[in-house]
Amino acid sequence: MSRILIANGHLIDPANDIDKTADLAIADGRILACGEIPADFHAEQTIDARDQIVCPGLIDLAARLREPGAEHKGSIASETRAAAAAGITTLCVPPDTDPIIDNPAVSELIHQKAEAAGFARVVTLGALTQQLNGEQLAEMVKLQQDGGCVGISNARRPVKNNLIMRRAMEYAASCGLTVFLHADDPGLSGQGCVHEGGISTRLGLPGIPESAETVAVARELMLIEQTGVRAHFCQISCAHSVQMIARAQHDGLPVSMDVAAHQLHLTDMDVGYFNSQCHLLPPLRSQRDRDALRNGLGNRNISAICSDHQPHDADAKLAPFAETEAGISALETLLPLSLRLVDDGVLSLSEMIATLTIEPARILGLPSGQLGVGGCADICIFDPLQHWTVEPEKFISNGKNSAFGGWELKGRVTHTMLNGRLVYPY
Amino acid sequence: MMRQDIQFDKQGRLRHFLTTEGLSRQTLTEILDHAENFASVINKPVKKAPLLRGKTIANLFFEASTRTRTTFELAAKRLSADVININIQTSATKKGESLLDMLRNLEAMHCDMFIVRHMQSGAAHFIAEHVAPHISVINAGDGSHAHPTQAMLDMFTIRRHKPDFTSLRVAIIGDIMHSRVARSQIHALNILGVPDVRVIGPHTLIPPQAEQLGVHVFHQMEQGLRDVDVVIMLRLQRERMEGALLPSEDEYFRCYGLTPEKLALAREDAIVMHPGPINRGVEIDSAVADGPQSVILEQVTNGLAVRMAVMSLILGRGNTDSEVSP
Repeated sequence: MSRILIANGHLIDPANDIDKTADLAIADGRILACGEIPADFHAEQTIDARDQIVCPGLIDLAARLREPGAEHKGSIASETRAAAAAGITTLCVPPDTDPIIDNPAVSELIHQKAEAAGFARVVTLGALTQQLNGEQLAEMVKLQQDGGCVGISNARRPVKNNLIMRRAMEYAASCGLTVFLHADDPGLSGQGCVHEGGISTRLGLPGIPESAETVAVARELMLIEQTGVRAHFCQISCAHSVQMIARAQHDGLPVSMDVAAHQLHLTDMDVGYFNSQCHLLPPLRSQRDRDALRNGLGNRNISAICSDHQPHDADAKLAPFAETEAGISALETLLPLSLRLVDDGVLSLSEMIATLTIEPARILGLPSGQLGVGGCADICIFDPLQHWTVEPEKFISNGKNSAFGGWELKGRVTHTMLNGRLVYPY
Repeated sequence: MMRQDIQFDKQGRLRHFLTTEGLSRQTLTEILDHAENFASVINKPVKKAPLLRGKTIANLFFEASTRTRTTFELAAKRLSADVININIQTSATKKGESLLDMLRNLEAMHCDMFIVRHMQSGAAHFIAEHVAPHISVINAGDGSHAHPTQAMLDMFTIRRHKPDFTSLRVAIIGDIMHSRVARSQIHALNILGVPDVRVIGPHTLIPPQAEQLGVHVFHQMEQGLRDVDVVIMLRLQRERMEGALLPSEDEYFRCYGLTPEKLALAREDAIVMHPGPINRGVEIDSAVADGPQSVILEQVTNGLAVRMAVMSLILGRGNTDSEVSP
């Protein structure tokens, strides 16, 4: 099935400024033509994409696949399969697997398993420090050259002190690696499990103050300026963080940031009476923060939306709130929640698609995320108007933990293509 | 906010008692009136009422407590219920699954009510969400979240001295941040119509956006205590010195300890309350704790009547959803 024609779809490819109804021809895993199909092209299969959107396969900047280390929650096969159903063709895995991605072998293992499963590309972030212990630098060059890591990160683990962060950034800069930062001051976040504010006060839960993030952002920005490293802030949650990073961008620092889709729709109020599905890190913040995150997307200071997918076994959410594990199974709601931003007037459809395709590709330094002729045929086709009700127990992901159960969403993926091969429907 | 409904059964009657937040003035007044009846029974020679004969009540205490557990046990026995006391070592049930497993086991023993104390905020809600339909849960204190029966016995004590809630000024002093008692009191006082609820403490012990709970925040006793009718002192835990919340007990006493001089700022007929156990010389001077304005021991006595009232209101009228209301 090497020659496929996607006919009559509404093509949206922000990277190439395409937003029109046209045909797309695919041959041998690559995009052969867009719009004007050569007369000698004979498709072996034609997909009728009338009334559907055809865009580059989605790229998710942060997804825990739970393998290796927590296979009772998910596996590379189970989660990439769910990704395919969600139109996601590339997933970026943070290094806090078990074992940790602090050596090329773990990264290779993940790549091999993903390839064997065949549902999506998986790229890895290597550890910034050995064992993510925040003290000794990991072998970044080996991680990059032998392990194929596309960036480095200490995930949400603390770096021991500013000197080590400075050295790590300097070393990464000399390797040409992007540092992926989860801004968190561990002393300030402490044992917190919800946003510090009305919700922590009402429920008597330990709060995570806004300053746990903003203090770390401020410090990291100073070090980025000093070291010249290219840096990306992951899953920003606070209004002030957006403001500070936007100012740094304006001043010419090589920094970018993303936001998790759920942060654009939920607030601390959704925790209600101890709803453990809303136990997240960073926590759901105030309405003001949510609005600032939406504004940040609207004016492109925040360039990408990710799922921050964290599938859990059922028991992980069955305990008093603070004892439950944080995170949400989010692959299958990523696109519909992003589409809702279009309805809410935050982004145009094309801008929204950019935040899920070309922008994350740029952050990761990948050639994908676009439909340029000659490029890899990673494609997502979806019906933007199809309504559905979120029923987490029916998720394809092993993680049935969602804060969106019962929500009415719009937008369903009908086809996903990886390297010119249909990976969904299965 | 639909989770709030968990406290009521399908007929809209109180099924669990987890928090005072969101309850109606009518419900709280019903509890107080009911307790008033029991208070008169307690002093009679025949102390037992047969209201809960045949019912089994399990005290599940995940956190050590002698006084609260004892009053719940006594209240249950006065109502002729059978009581099981279970003290669960904190280390044995770190995981939610074993907590749920344990609940299933207790359900299999045909308990009708769980009295739950737990160090985690939200534990009572969690248990109430997962118990079988015939079981009711009373929150006997969950983390820093709620302690509704303590708050109700405090309301009972206040009402006996100051019958009209709608004309009162009440000040709660001390570690509001970590106090489940304070949270439940604040909700109850607001629901009962107290127009001026104040909290007084250093910034480090007042939770952020406390005003949203319905209180006026003061950091100085001299301002906060002025003209109040009810002074509620909170216990100060030693570990507050470790988290850099306070420099020392001495300095705390100097600023927030209730002395006769500071109490003189309140109304002449103000009453002084404390949920106990008290730290003499840390949050309260002995002269005040044992003085004429103190109603601290009355609170302890009233705890029994209020707990009998809550238990009998929930269990004494049949709580199952399967029952058809007349």
